[in-house]
Amino acid sequence: MLTVKDLHAGIEEKDILKGINLEIKAGEVHAIMGPNGSGKSTLASVIAGKEEYEVSGGDIHLNEESILEMDPEERAHNGVFLSFQYPVEIPGVSVTNFIKTAINQTRKAKGLEDMPASDMLKMIREKSELLEIDRKFLSRSLNVGFSGGEKKRNEIFQMAMLEPKLAILDETDSGLDIDALRIVANGVNKLKSKDNAVLVITHYQRLLDYIVPDVVHVLMDGKIVKTGGKELAHELEEKGYDWLKEEVNA
Amino acid sequence: MSLKDKLVSSHIVFQDSLDPDSALYDLRGSAIKTFEEEGFPSKKDEAWKYTSLNSILKENYSLFPTKKETSLDFKDVERYFINDIDTYNIVFVDGVFNAHLSSTTHDGIDVCTLNSALTKPKYKQVIDVYFNKIAKEESLTSLNTAYAKEGAYIYIPKGKVADKPIQIIHFATGSEAATLLQPRNLIVAEENSEVQIIERHQSLSDTAVLTNTVTEIYAGKRAMIDYYKVQNDKLKASLVDTTEIEQHRESVVSVHTFSLGGNITRNNLNYYQKGEYMDSILKGITLIEGKQHVDHNTLVHHIEPNCESHQDYKGIFAESSTGVFNGKVVVEKEAQKTNAYQSNNNILIDDKATINSKPQLEIFADDVRCSHGCTIGQLDESALFYLQSRGIAQKEARALLMYAFANTVLSSVKIPQLKQRITKLIAKKIGVSIGFDI
Repeated sequence: MLTVKDLHAGIEEKDILKGINLEIKAGEVHAIMGPNGSGKSTLASVIAGKEEYEVSGGDIHLNEESILEMDPEERAHNGVFLSFQYPVEIPGVSVTNFIKTAINQTRKAKGLEDMPASDMLKMIREKSELLEIDRKFLSRSLNVGFSGGEKKRNEIFQMAMLEPKLAILDETDSGLDIDALRIVANGVNKLKSKDNAVLVITHYQRLLDYIVPDVVHVLMDGKIVKTGGKELAHELEEKGYDWLKEEVNA
Repeated sequence: MSLKDKLVSSHIVFQDSLDPDSALYDLRGSAIKTFEEEGFPSKKDEAWKYTSLNSILKENYSLFPTKKETSLDFKDVERYFINDIDTYNIVFVDGVFNAHLSSTTHDGIDVCTLNSALTKPKYKQVIDVYFNKIAKEESLTSLNTAYAKEGAYIYIPKGKVADKPIQIIHFATGSEAATLLQPRNLIVAEENSEVQIIERHQSLSDTAVLTNTVTEIYAGKRAMIDYYKVQNDKLKASLVDTTEIEQHRESVVSVHTFSLGGNITRNNLNYYQKGEYMDSILKGITLIEGKQHVDHNTLVHHIEPNCESHQDYKGIFAESSTGVFNGKVVVEKEAQKTNAYQSNNNILIDDKATINSKPQLEIFADDVRCSHGCTIGQLDESALFYLQSRGIAQKEARALLMYAFANTVLSSVKIPQLKQRITKLIAKKIGVSIGFDI
């Protein structure tokens, strides 16, 4: 599904990603862990196409096709979804209206007509129930005055509506209490299938108790320094990152 | 001959065409003297530092409204009305009242022409008390007074609520020559009355039009007035719009100005608070491009204690358009416990766009809460990325962000059909067809 080959990227002459290799197959859940400043969020943004970052080497393929030259919206149309750590507030545009716009813009890009209103409503009802989202919530302005938990739940709601092939969850656990975390994780788990893949980016192992990864990668100083199974996450939780630093430097 | 000389020398002819016994005769005479002394404002005047009228004063304007009524078919101008709701309409074509397009009333409230109010005895009492009492003796206002003859007259007596919104529309056909129009509106809302008004100046051709309009608004105790100005005129049409508002105890007056078109637009919006516990609301959206110019010059004069004022002006400037915001808040020594808020936020889309923003606070009281904020920036790149990452194309994403930016102003429009219309105008202007409606 996703192949990242020797990816180098940075911002204003500063190298952040220094040769990332990653292979995620359909049906898999991967986690990327690492200390602050290691490049986790940069990797998520570069895959989603944030223009601020300059890719100086390597390639990113989604289903055998390079996406590096694509605008963020084209990547979205091809099935990439990024759940933001800090979702943006859009006053005056309701959650429902925003998601309608996003879906119909994607359909338009694929040469399809707008989704019929009745289908849209049905889908909104189903997905909001899945994430235990209140009806009133859907008519509020997007992210305006939302609590941390509401913002993240709304991100996963959008993911549910857009049905991506590759979902990247960037620090989705930050700012969530345990109940919200469970709801969000349940939502992600229910959306998982053999045809899609999930990349969870997190500092802590907590979320991985709920969204169980098949593969865990450790990112340090712009490189993946260790890859293992889900038990690696527990090891990191126990021992921190310092032992890995020593191992890498040795 | 310069436009000024032409206006001064033509005034006698204008006066001769009117009733010499009218109380206005002397008033007009002294007003033209004031204009003659002061002339048109220039960049040397502090209040006009960033707005020059020179380029539009060179036109050879016809000064008087033609006598005969110009016929216009409703279907040709329908799109300039908010036509999906029932309203009273006061419509002028080239400065002349058009009965065919209008829908006036004298049933409990008066919605008619200023000309009839100025000439008929039964209105004399109201005219004597309110006409030209708030307007200032400065050059362009005096020029308007000197030629004051026609415009809207709205009188809402004590305790009455206008049963539907009132639209004031001034059309300029420009069929013969460049036109100077000087409409004069008088709006009096007495104690406990309510009214909603929509005003529009619309040119129908590509001939140059200069409109110098003055509106006096009087809000009695606990009166509620919502006034909306739709400025979306053609590129050869310029507007100097002066609105003077006197408010009394516990009244609430809001003015929303939507500046989306025209050549040079100058808005003078002045509030005088004469009483306690009142609220003055000034809001505006400016969205222009090309070489368009929009200037908002506001004054809120807090004279008595316990009052509020709220100013929120949003500007989006594309290409080499220019904007000015000059907002002055004066809090007199007696005006303790004043809450005055002012914000002016601007987005410059292109490198050549300009905004001059100048907030001015003059506070003489010591127990007040006043805040002002002014920002100038570009569209937020991370917000843009957020929308694009959801599959929304860049152009639409930019439009959505502009809409969100302007939304604090749109959200307080109380007439849903008007709000929808403005939203559509904004969407069209940004060049997208996505629906923003909630």
